[in-house]
Amino acid sequence: MIPRPKPERFRLRRTMMFMNAQKPGLIKDAYIYGCDSIMLDLEDAVAENQKDAARFSLYHALTTIDYGDTEVIVRINGLDTPHWQEDVRVCVAGGADGIRIAKCESAQDVRTVEKAVEAAEEEFGVEKGRTLLMAALESPKGILNAYEICAASPRMFGVAISGGDFRKCMQTTPQPDGVDLLVARGQMLIAARAAGIQCFDTVFTNLDDQAGFEAEVRQNKAMGFDGKSLINPKQIRYVHQVFAPTQKEIVQAEKIVRAYREQSAAGVGVFTVDGKMIDIAFIPGAERTLRMARACGLYEGDLV
Amino acid sequence: MEILKPAVAGTLESSDAQVTVEPGGEGIELSLQSSVMNQYGRQIKQTVLETLARLEVSDAKVTVVDKGALDCTLKARVECAVFRSCGASASGIPWGGAVR
Repeated sequence: MIPRPKPERFRLRRTMMFMNAQKPGLIKDAYIYGCDSIMLDLEDAVAENQKDAARFSLYHALTTIDYGDTEVIVRINGLDTPHWQEDVRVCVAGGADGIRIAKCESAQDVRTVEKAVEAAEEEFGVEKGRTLLMAALESPKGILNAYEICAASPRMFGVAISGGDFRKCMQTTPQPDGVDLLVARGQMLIAARAAGIQCFDTVFTNLDDQAGFEAEVRQNKAMGFDGKSLINPKQIRYVHQVFAPTQKEIVQAEKIVRAYREQSAAGVGVFTVDGKMIDIAFIPGAERTLRMARACGLYEGDLV
Repeated sequence: MEILKPAVAGTLESSDAQVTVEPGGEGIELSLQSSVMNQYGRQIKQTVLETLARLEVSDAKVTVVDKGALDCTLKARVECAVFRSCGASASGIPWGGAVR
């Protein structure tokens, strides 16, 4: 069995690529694409009469294939199906890093899955608390309850919106300016930040519309998302490019952090860097930029 | 496990294998077709037989049509076919026990 390191609750998750857990041709070498996380799907991608086969396939993939640094998350079937409990067992037994709860609508949904995960960790002798959770919000109710969902468990590392189902509920379709999801994305982001967890945008499904995809990724970054779900490896590179800090941002962040440390040691609270006022409020942002730059391989300094 | 009824698992897509199990007479009667028979025939056969042994299947007719599946895929398909044949594939699978 391939031992996987203990999952990190907070790590770089710019790209999360969906893969059908039932297709051996897809999952056997999914780590080569360089996405931060892969999302092995037991839910919608798997036909109703192949749910059992997908679990066997998933179990052996998880225990045999060395995914390296790529995080492995599994999307389980909804709580309204007869499948999700066995899905949880196989995820925990196979050592998946995390579980994505589909169609999550309340904190109770998170706790229900958490309880099953705990029982499975006990059953399979897995370290208690190892298996992380994230929630997919797919309905108006899920969006309205976003904060209680985000804050429901210390295992929760993130929340994502599922655009297809949500738009259907709202009787809308994808719009070029993203107005269809604007409020939902915004509410989910606020909830995630308030709860201190990560936030991911939905997939962009029209693979022929590269300009539309790129515009959406830029908007995601501008809104403050941590990353995006993807359906095709060709979408990875652009997301990484947009989410990486620019050289200018890195230099600026370095200056701010360095100046802050010098000034505060000298007893000064507010000062200017390149003509801009800086105080303690700017420091977490600048440090985050540097950590992100380091994770992207763009910063090798010692400030973070 | 006893093979109670015929069952199939897997597909004929590349990197997959389709495994059929049927109730049989004495012992394992294995018929194997593979797109990589010359290179991996022996290893595939060994993996299939070991998986059946782990599941304590002693009597069955087993047909494997392999399209270049990795060992982990072969195991998954054999196990799924056997559990399906017993009507036990949906829940309570012994992950990490007989299935490993």
